Amino acid sequence: MLDVQERPAAGAVEAPAWHRKDLLDTDVLSRAEVELVMETADAMLEVRSRPVGKVATLRGATVVTLFYEQSTRTRASFEVAAKAMGADVVNLTASGSSVEKGESLIDTVRTLEAIGADLLVMRHGKSGAPYLAARHTKAGVINGGDGTHAHPTQALLDLYTMRRHLGGLEGKRVVIVGDVLHSRVARSNIWTLLTAGADVTLCGPATLLPRTLASAGGEHGRVTLTANLDEAMADADVVMALRIQKERQATGLIPSLREYINVYQVNAARAAKAKPGALIMHPGPMNEGIEIAPDIAHGVDSVIEEQVANGVAVRMAVLYLMATARTK
Amino acid sequence: MTGELLLGPGEVARTMRRLAHEIVENNHGTDGLIIVGLLTRGHPLALRLGRLINEFEGVEVPVGSLDIGLYRDDVARRGQPTPLRPSSIPANIDGATVVLVDDVLFTGRSIRAALDALLDFGRPARVRLATLIDRGHRELPIRPDFVGKNIPTALIQEVQVLLKETDGEDAVYVLNTEASHA
Repeated sequence: MLDVQERPAAGAVEAPAWHRKDLLDTDVLSRAEVELVMETADAMLEVRSRPVGKVATLRGATVVTLFYEQSTRTRASFEVAAKAMGADVVNLTASGSSVEKGESLIDTVRTLEAIGADLLVMRHGKSGAPYLAARHTKAGVINGGDGTHAHPTQALLDLYTMRRHLGGLEGKRVVIVGDVLHSRVARSNIWTLLTAGADVTLCGPATLLPRTLASAGGEHGRVTLTANLDEAMADADVVMALRIQKERQATGLIPSLREYINVYQVNAARAAKAKPGALIMHPGPMNEGIEIAPDIAHGVDSVIEEQVANGVAVRMAVLYLMATARTK
Repeated sequence: MTGELLLGPGEVARTMRRLAHEIVENNHGTDGLIIVGLLTRGHPLALRLGRLINEFEGVEVPVGSLDIGLYRDDVARRGQPTPLRPSSIPANIDGATVVLVDDVLFTGRSIRAALDALLDFGRPARVRLATLIDRGHRELPIRPDFVGKNIPTALIQEVQVLLKETDGEDAVYVLNTEASHA
């Protein structure tokens, strides 16, 4: 404690604060909190750039990843992030755990807390499941994607990637195109983008565009819905394509994959309508040739791989903030 | 809170000039010298030392900044995350003489953390420590090589360093906290 006095705070620089036990969605995050995550991620990106991109800050902390749904990048990204911070990591999936024997979510979460989990990264097919888990454990819960509801760390890493290229997001136009209805990525992105001051255009077939999201921007009308991608692309600073789950075709929400490609694929001709150098993004995994053309996915304006790399830094930041802000 | 002015702008400037000369003398020149300031207030001091050395040696010495937030020994105890900033080490420190620069040397815990942080960037031949103020009360076996001013203090006092770059003026105060009147 005395060490604090070694660098007294002169002037009125108020230290940013983090008081959240859980990170379940981005809708509750203030601009200052988002800013704190971004600034912390800057420091983490620098750590990752070193010859040994690893620190021991969170040694003694245990991070459990609990994935009831399959995942490559999110789970691996959290694991790499936790290890880069010096934490111990336990990975659990629904198959091969007691979940298969019928253990309830609440019992599983309590068991993990008893084992010594400090932070729980959870993915679940049911929207809201991490909220239920968070209410039944003292461990901090990070939502790694729940149903069609939210994916907060994806939204934070997307915002971080945009900021690295565009600076501030104030007044920038971000187009999110595809299956918005089923996209937890789109939902969480809307909140961070609005908080950062961007205008959001959601684009896709009318069957995949929830009307209720039009009011997400409040009275400012900063969320626009449109079924016309060519129009939406005009003056876009960022174009984010969402994955089309092929099984949606069976539900009749899109007439045919071929028609979807014709009307909604992010390709060179459409990208040319956006601002020169507009960022091309995708949360992954991509169906190249369906929602995004391969030459665009791997083109000069694509930051898709950078999103993945930034994801580690942003998740290190989130783990750091949540692990150190925990009250004893 | 009452405060006593210990150093004014002129004294800070003269002290920094002397420190810059001492560093170069101790290193027998500027070969292999890298100056690294601890964030926040050690960094502007490191930049000043770099400029001063350039003035009288005509050599541009690499100057970097080091954030110690991830290396503090009280990370888990504070209950709040320490704000972090990216470190910037401008040259390969392997085999170099690194001079760490901080504004106030007190318990020595910051310097312990800084040594850990620095060694993550490589293996310097030697590490020296320069501080504008040494106020005593060490809790770890750490000793400065270059000291601007020794100030005997009581534990209940605070030393406040203000710098033009961060605070608009150069000054060093000793503050008597409320506790001292109790």
